[in-house]
Amino acid sequence: MSKTIREINEKIKRGEAVVFTAEEVIDLVDKKGPKKAAQKVDVVTTGTFGPMCSSGAYFNVGSTKPRIKMGGGKVYLNDVPVYTGLAAMDIFLGATALPDDDPRNSVFPGKFEYGGGHVIEELVGGKDVKLIASAYGTDCYPRKKLETWISLKDMNEAVLFNPRNAYQNYNVAVNLSNKVLYTYMGMLMPKLGNAVYSSAGQLSPLLNDPDYRTIGIGTKIFLGGGVGHVVWNGTQHNPGVQRGGNNVPKVPAGTLAVLGDLKKMSPRWLKGASFLGYGCTMAVGIGVPIPILNEEIVTAAAVKDSDIYTPIVDYSRAYPQCEAETVGEVSYAQLKSGTIEINGKSVPTGGLSSYASAREIAQTLKSWIKTGKFLLTEPVSLIPDSASGVAFKPLNERPLST
Amino acid sequence: MPKRKLLLTFPTNLIDKPITYHLVKDYNLELNILRARVTPKEEGRLIVEINGDKKNLYAGEEYLRSAGVGVKPLALDVMYYEERCIHCTACAAVCRSGAITVNRKDMKIVFEKDKCIACELCVTVCPFNAVEIQF
Repeated sequence: MSKTIREINEKIKRGEAVVFTAEEVIDLVDKKGPKKAAQKVDVVTTGTFGPMCSSGAYFNVGSTKPRIKMGGGKVYLNDVPVYTGLAAMDIFLGATALPDDDPRNSVFPGKFEYGGGHVIEELVGGKDVKLIASAYGTDCYPRKKLETWISLKDMNEAVLFNPRNAYQNYNVAVNLSNKVLYTYMGMLMPKLGNAVYSSAGQLSPLLNDPDYRTIGIGTKIFLGGGVGHVVWNGTQHNPGVQRGGNNVPKVPAGTLAVLGDLKKMSPRWLKGASFLGYGCTMAVGIGVPIPILNEEIVTAAAVKDSDIYTPIVDYSRAYPQCEAETVGEVSYAQLKSGTIEINGKSVPTGGLSSYASAREIAQTLKSWIKTGKFLLTEPVSLIPDSASGVAFKPLNERPLST
Repeated sequence: MPKRKLLLTFPTNLIDKPITYHLVKDYNLELNILRARVTPKEEGRLIVEINGDKKNLYAGEEYLRSAGVGVKPLALDVMYYEERCIHCTACAAVCRSGAITVNRKDMKIVFEKDKCIACELCVTVCPFNAVEIQF
């Protein structure tokens, strides 16, 4: 049995599409089997909401009288520096950017209270931000200084563009040392004091299409509360890793680069975040619809937490030293129970990716599709899969001179 | 037996005098010290949980006041901003008193203010400033 995306879209337009979330479809496949499930279900929706550092937005702010060349100049939004290596009125703001005078870790651990992610959250919430620009001046762009309030409404394009989002699986972070660690996985308490994971597990987009049979360039998604598209694989995309019998990666694997109209998004799904001793970032809400084209796809979408495994990594030594050893392996069912056993010790677990929010995204996307508001797209080409040869390599250091 | 959480402030002249000892010996009160900051030449602060007979609790507090100790019921202002919380559950992994737990059905945070001992680990761990403690 096979369906096409075109057929599914016809059903969506008629308001007849059968949509299940990635959580709901688990029971269906368990009870009715993949054949009946594939016939019945048209789309499975997935969701995830967690910190995704490789995120940002580019803006075109429009020209001033006389013209000012922001390209190559120094520009700040609420004192957070933006990247100006583009054309005169185009600027890029990254989620982890910090104000010049942020003390960072000079008094350890630094608080990192405000950064690019917070500015994006404020802009999406309709707030005014301070734009301060200084330029070197040219014949055609003579103006050298600009200070103005600006909001998303005032701008021309405002596009969320995230080079790496929706990590397919991620490590569990622990701390084997005697000192508290401050990391991008949060505060890690000494001697296996806590274990932190960051994935929606059975609701996570790429874990439900583990070898990218349906997801590719152009795939229309829920992004930041509005609509976006997958535009490429994300950075560090690593499809050739070890996978379980169900083809689900057992270590961090694929990633997505996504893009969308920031003006239609919501601060509920784009949230600035501060990690003590580490830095600033932004939590991004993403939901990917999976067209159920055949039995293989619905079987993959019915993956459960107890069948998704991830390695436990020590962040006191193995992670910072870039060493491959792990402390063990654990399933998402075990992680979500609240405690896991490591080396005979009962360790409390905590998440960074909100499962409750992931559920809300999957349900929201489901209702958009059922009410005919959201049609699926045919990807232009699929994300490189495990047979593609794409692999994430470390930096090969080549010193400049002896 | 009723329990009370109190914030005790000791002026500098009382720092080196055994006072809380009398609460136990003379007033038969069960004392649990939740937080202590005692530095020479500075005001000392103790957050204690006192358990005991109602009459003894009252008499014990009177004793403290007459000895010059500042006694305030701990208005543990634990502010949980539900609108900022995304229910990531990072806080639940560091809460030792059970004030923050996760409802495993909806995977949302459950906040029980009375169990909070003001260790502030949740405040430092929360990336979204969803919890603040003032006391």
